[in-house]
Amino acid sequence: MITRFLIQGMDKRGLVFLAVLAALAILVPLANLLLPPGSLLHVPTSTMSLWGKYLCYALLAISLDLVWGYCGILSLGHGAFFALGGYAMGMYLMRQIGSRGTYGNPILPDFMVFLNWSELPWYWYGFSSFPFAMLMVLAVPGLLAFVFGWFAFRSRVTGVYLSIITQALTYALLLAFFRNDMGFGGNNGLTDFKEIVGFNVQAQSTRAALFSMTCIMLIAGFLIARGIVSSKLGKVVIAIRDAESRTRFLGYRVDRFKLFVFTVSACMAGVAGALYVPQVGIINPSEFAPANSIETVIWVAVGGRGTLVGAALGAVVVNYAKTVFTSGFMAPYWLFALGALFVFVTIFMPKGILGTAQDWWTRRKAPPEPSPAAEPAPAE
Amino acid sequence: MNAPVPGALTSSLLYLDGVSVSFDGFKAIRGLSLTIEPGEMRAIIGPNGAGKTTMMDIITGKTKPDVGTVMFGGSVDLTKLDEAAIANLGIGRKFQKPTVFDFHTIEDNILLALKSKRTVTRTLFWRTAAADAKRIDDILGIIKLGDARDRLAGSLSHGQKQWLEIGMLLAQDPKLLLVDEPAAGMTDGETAETAVLLKEIARDHSVIVVEHDMGFIRELGVKVTVLHEGSVLAEGPLDQVSANERVVEVYLGR
Ligand SMILES: Nc1ncnc2c1ncn2[C@@H]1O[C@H](COP(=O)(O)OP(=O)(O)O)[C@@H](O)[C@H]1O
Ligand SMILES: [Mg+2]
Repeated sequence: MITRFLIQGMDKRGLVFLAVLAALAILVPLANLLLPPGSLLHVPTSTMSLWGKYLCYALLAISLDLVWGYCGILSLGHGAFFALGGYAMGMYLMRQIGSRGTYGNPILPDFMVFLNWSELPWYWYGFSSFPFAMLMVLAVPGLLAFVFGWFAFRSRVTGVYLSIITQALTYALLLAFFRNDMGFGGNNGLTDFKEIVGFNVQAQSTRAALFSMTCIMLIAGFLIARGIVSSKLGKVVIAIRDAESRTRFLGYRVDRFKLFVFTVSACMAGVAGALYVPQVGIINPSEFAPANSIETVIWVAVGGRGTLVGAALGAVVVNYAKTVFTSGFMAPYWLFALGALFVFVTIFMPKGILGTAQDWWTRRKAPPEPSPAAEPAPAE
Repeated sequence: MNAPVPGALTSSLLYLDGVSVSFDGFKAIRGLSLTIEPGEMRAIIGPNGAGKTTMMDIITGKTKPDVGTVMFGGSVDLTKLDEAAIANLGIGRKFQKPTVFDFHTIEDNILLALKSKRTVTRTLFWRTAAADAKRIDDILGIIKLGDARDRLAGSLSHGQKQWLEIGMLLAQDPKLLLVDEPAAGMTDGETAETAVLLKEIARDHSVIVVEHDMGFIRELGVKVTVLHEGSVLAEGPLDQVSANERVVEVYLGR
């Protein structure tokens, strides 16, 4: 049943995407570890980690596309779920440091010693265990999304209002995590990691493994999202996006369906954050910045909303462009470029890179089908 | 379906009594009383703004009445339930402005409406059984959209959307169908076909039809209720109500 669930509705585009990811998962680490640095095909470790980061963003983008592209919930706070997953991983990594910290305290992370704390806060318990930490990577963002969604969707908060409160959510967390007395390292966040499941986080082979793991998780996330949107539940969710009130009159409890996709999506964003942290080596409150969540929306819009593959593509393309842009003399203008890109895509390519490419392709192959009304009509 | 529920307060399928609702002080429905018997088909006419659509909003839980009783199946108080719960009780609705899912295929529109458990887990692991597939085929045949099943609903003409929505109602298999202006935007031929289709449906369902088209109402040949300014002005066979002076004055005579 699970396999059938995961492969239903798989199309050519999805298969290509999976094949590329599978190839990356195997070839990039090999090219990094086995080929000599001088070789043409050698992938430097820094490049591999950079692309690992892009792929984490791709998973975040897919999670956002699931709620925005398919269910019409424009979350402007998905960065919060990403960051919470990241913090859960960061807490595990902090506990792995043990007595190797600057202050040599076997239990307390450095920042707690610095704050003169005498014992570990209760919410840090258990994080020395990898399985527990991984459970928290899913549970913390998932639970927050569930509770938040429970109230928001039941009281039928939609549209701009919902977007604003998701933005407020991530902003509130930003402020909270900045505080030293919250016990998450305040301003500096969590860093100076040493080991992950017994391996040195800095080691080339560990980084290669993390890269592969990211590809695998992106594959898994894509398959789950694909399975969901291709199921009948996915059709209900699209129906909610296009005519929410009509869906209710068919007897579907709209709030429960929204809650389901929102929670799954938050868990997925949490996994993305957890993979991100060991590859960039730090997690701090800036990950909660509202701008991050907005950027994620831009990736999805650029790649093609409601396509999953497009969302991942958008994340990689925009972040690659960001790296190129911000490493040169044009660095100060990146935000302008990003804004311009968003405006350009919204006006000229409303379906994003993938949607536009697909339209172009089908138009070449077949006469156009009368396109449905651009504005979905609300039920009267 | 035709037997009254035990403990029922009334044997009627739908019972509205003394229902009023106002929007910002404007009384859209005032003291409306109406009963529909099991298996009955009722036509509702009335000038624009008479409150016909608002009445359907009240029955389906979209609008809560300020005062009044709205009972279904003799014992269920509809004013206490939300839209989804009312739909699952067996009240289906076709909207005045045809509302289908534009980005789904015609077949998927029917599938979504098809009577089934509406839970998250059921829909997530849904497999269309042979019986369901057959039912979908049958309905597509009835609404004459079998050849268009893979087209997006958004690409349909207005009249076809009306039919698709009627098909969705059929798929829901409700006890009571509320059909708001089904013939709007249809050619005379289509209107006649719609009347035939509705009569067919009324054989084993209770139906309330709102329509302006007098030819259409005549075609249905059922009891007519005339609404005016939110309450019942007259009720009876079409010939009788159309002879009523007040009715002629407010509606037919215009
Ligand atoms: N949600 C609403 N808010 C304000 N006024 C409404 C609302 N719904 C209906 N009305 C008003 O109630 C009256 C009855 O409308 P409606 O039920 O749509 O009439 P009908 O369907 O008989 O043409 C109209 O005057 C309409 O403007
Ligand atoms: Mg109306």
